[in-house]
Amino acid sequence: MAFKNDDDKAAYWKENLSLLAKLLVVWFVVSFGAGILFVDALNEIRFFGFKLGFWFAQQGSIYVFVVLIFVYMAKMNALDKKYGVDEE
Amino acid sequence: MDVQLLTFIIVGASFALYIAIAIWARAGSTTDFYVAGGGVPPVMNGMATAADWMSAASFISMAGLISFMGYDGAVYLMGWTGGYVLLALCLAPYLRKFGKFTVPDFIGDRYYSQTARTVAVFCAIFVCFTYVAGQMRGVGVVFSRFLEVDIVTGVVIGMAIVFFYTVLGGMKGITYTQVAQYCVLIFAYLVPCVFISMMVTGHILPQTAFGATLADGSGIYMLDKLDQLSVDLGFTEYTNGSKSTIDVFFITFALMVGTAGLPHVIVRFFTVPKVRDARKSAGWALLFIAILYTTAPALASFGRVNMIETINGPDMAGTEISERPEWIRNWEKTGLITINDKNNDGKMYYSAGKASDPASANEVDVDRDIMVLANPEIANLPAWVIALVAAGGVAAALSTSAGLLLVISTSVSHDLLKRNFAPNITDKAELFYARLAAGVAIVIAGYFGINPPGFVAQVVAFAFGLAASSFFPAIIMGIFSKRMNGKGAISGMIAGIAFTAAYIIYFKFVNPAANTPDNWWFGISPEGIGTMGMMVNFVVAFVVFKMTGEAPQEIQDMVESIRFPKGAGEASGH
Repeated sequence: MAFKNDDDKAAYWKENLSLLAKLLVVWFVVSFGAGILFVDALNEIRFFGFKLGFWFAQQGSIYVFVVLIFVYMAKMNALDKKYGVDEE
Repeated sequence: MDVQLLTFIIVGASFALYIAIAIWARAGSTTDFYVAGGGVPPVMNGMATAADWMSAASFISMAGLISFMGYDGAVYLMGWTGGYVLLALCLAPYLRKFGKFTVPDFIGDRYYSQTARTVAVFCAIFVCFTYVAGQMRGVGVVFSRFLEVDIVTGVVIGMAIVFFYTVLGGMKGITYTQVAQYCVLIFAYLVPCVFISMMVTGHILPQTAFGATLADGSGIYMLDKLDQLSVDLGFTEYTNGSKSTIDVFFITFALMVGTAGLPHVIVRFFTVPKVRDARKSAGWALLFIAILYTTAPALASFGRVNMIETINGPDMAGTEISERPEWIRNWEKTGLITINDKNNDGKMYYSAGKASDPASANEVDVDRDIMVLANPEIANLPAWVIALVAAGGVAAALSTSAGLLLVISTSVSHDLLKRNFAPNITDKAELFYARLAAGVAIVIAGYFGINPPGFVAQVVAFAFGLAASSFFPAIIMGIFSKRMNGKGAISGMIAGIAFTAAYIIYFKFVNPAANTPDNWWFGISPEGIGTMGMMVNFVVAFVVFKMTGEAPQEIQDMVESIRFPKGAGEASGH
């Protein structure tokens, strides 16, 4: 058993799921939200030479995706350490 | 030096490089062959994953598709990148901790069922074959245009190269070749695009250039001009699509989930040493992919403006056919551009509609697939840039084919042979069969490349739909619901895949005439139906699970043990 006790195991999994939920909300909002569902409203706003909704759909969402994975990586590594289940 | 000779030299040099790497990275054991010995550093694995992922479709076709679809092209941009977020957050680390060679291994063990394993193997083989046929075709197109050999010869040359390094090196050979192929393909993609960005707007970065003002001093934004041009010629505004919102939503979702469920992508995360490396490697992979995917929409919009201006002339009244530029003549030979001077004025004119339709003013049909390859010629870039693009296209097609062929050979030698028919087979014999299977798979893929079953794009939609409706839900439930049982997961996979396949086959093959938004369920096109197939899978799995009781305790313990990183060993077949 890698965890000290069952409470720790449950707490680790709960924190993991709550991190996942937060990041997936961002994932959904930038792509399906800004890029698809609300694209027409955002297109009223100018972002340099882009319409904002169009920019999210073809550029912005991709940048956010990359950042999301690196944030996840950093947070999970910290979480593993906190509960002593990392690989070192 | 002329373009053809330069192309021979540059493509030939890239081939020599791949072969040299293959000889250096020979596989000595099944662990080497299946997962590169589990010792690939995360950054390199990210690069290899990116090359594996970016296929002939990404390199050759995607910017062309966006160019003709405008805003709607976002389904590919978001769909094929957003899936990596799901992969990194929900699948890769857990599957790495599980520590086996293949996706069917996970499905078989997690659902304690030989049937589940077998269903997964056939799904994996089917998905990979539909996908790989398109890649071989891509190689053929590049060869036939730039080296002026016919498509059959092109495919055979491509097959020979892939055969050499896949059979010899397995995953180890493929991974290190893919690192080189990534460098070739990204360089080949960026160079012409940077040239064109600077010519059109004066910006170096394509990502900012297509939101900038034109370099002619008019102060007009590039995209505004493109919108105006599109409307003038009878198209919808470039930055507004013509697909319905629900269809864009479903297609994007199907592509994302499909990406996360593709076996040749998932297996890449078995090759890194640790769980934390799997997370990191997914981040690097997406970063490397994003470099191409954020450039593509810029290339698409510049290509569109350049193409329209070249064909219609600066005054938008058409140009003399007798004085048409060299690139149009070249592509006419391949049949991918056709000119039909309907009003017999000796000029060609491009607008909405088909050149064969007398009711439309359009006189030029341009195939979407040529945009990336033709772009450097349209913009009059130097010959070496054109040769480089050819090498990049071939690199993209070869790297993806190799990854797919490896999954096919692993499925046959490991999942079918070792796990089903001959469990006592030695490592050496298994390795022999893996190589044999790879060889046979290449020949079959080559056959489909020469005689493609339908259009490449349609076939690829199939692969994504099936991955979305079968693997993704089964793996997600396998990790996040420890009580989910085998009967539930198997019924879900079969229901999901049957539903999706039936919908696609009906609209694409049985009754293509009915393939219009009016006949689609809820306005969802066959490309987007995988999303609904996924929901069917989840619902069926849940209902069957509720009726048949939870998974055995030892399986639940196993699921709990993959939920944290500590204790991950190297991937193994036992």
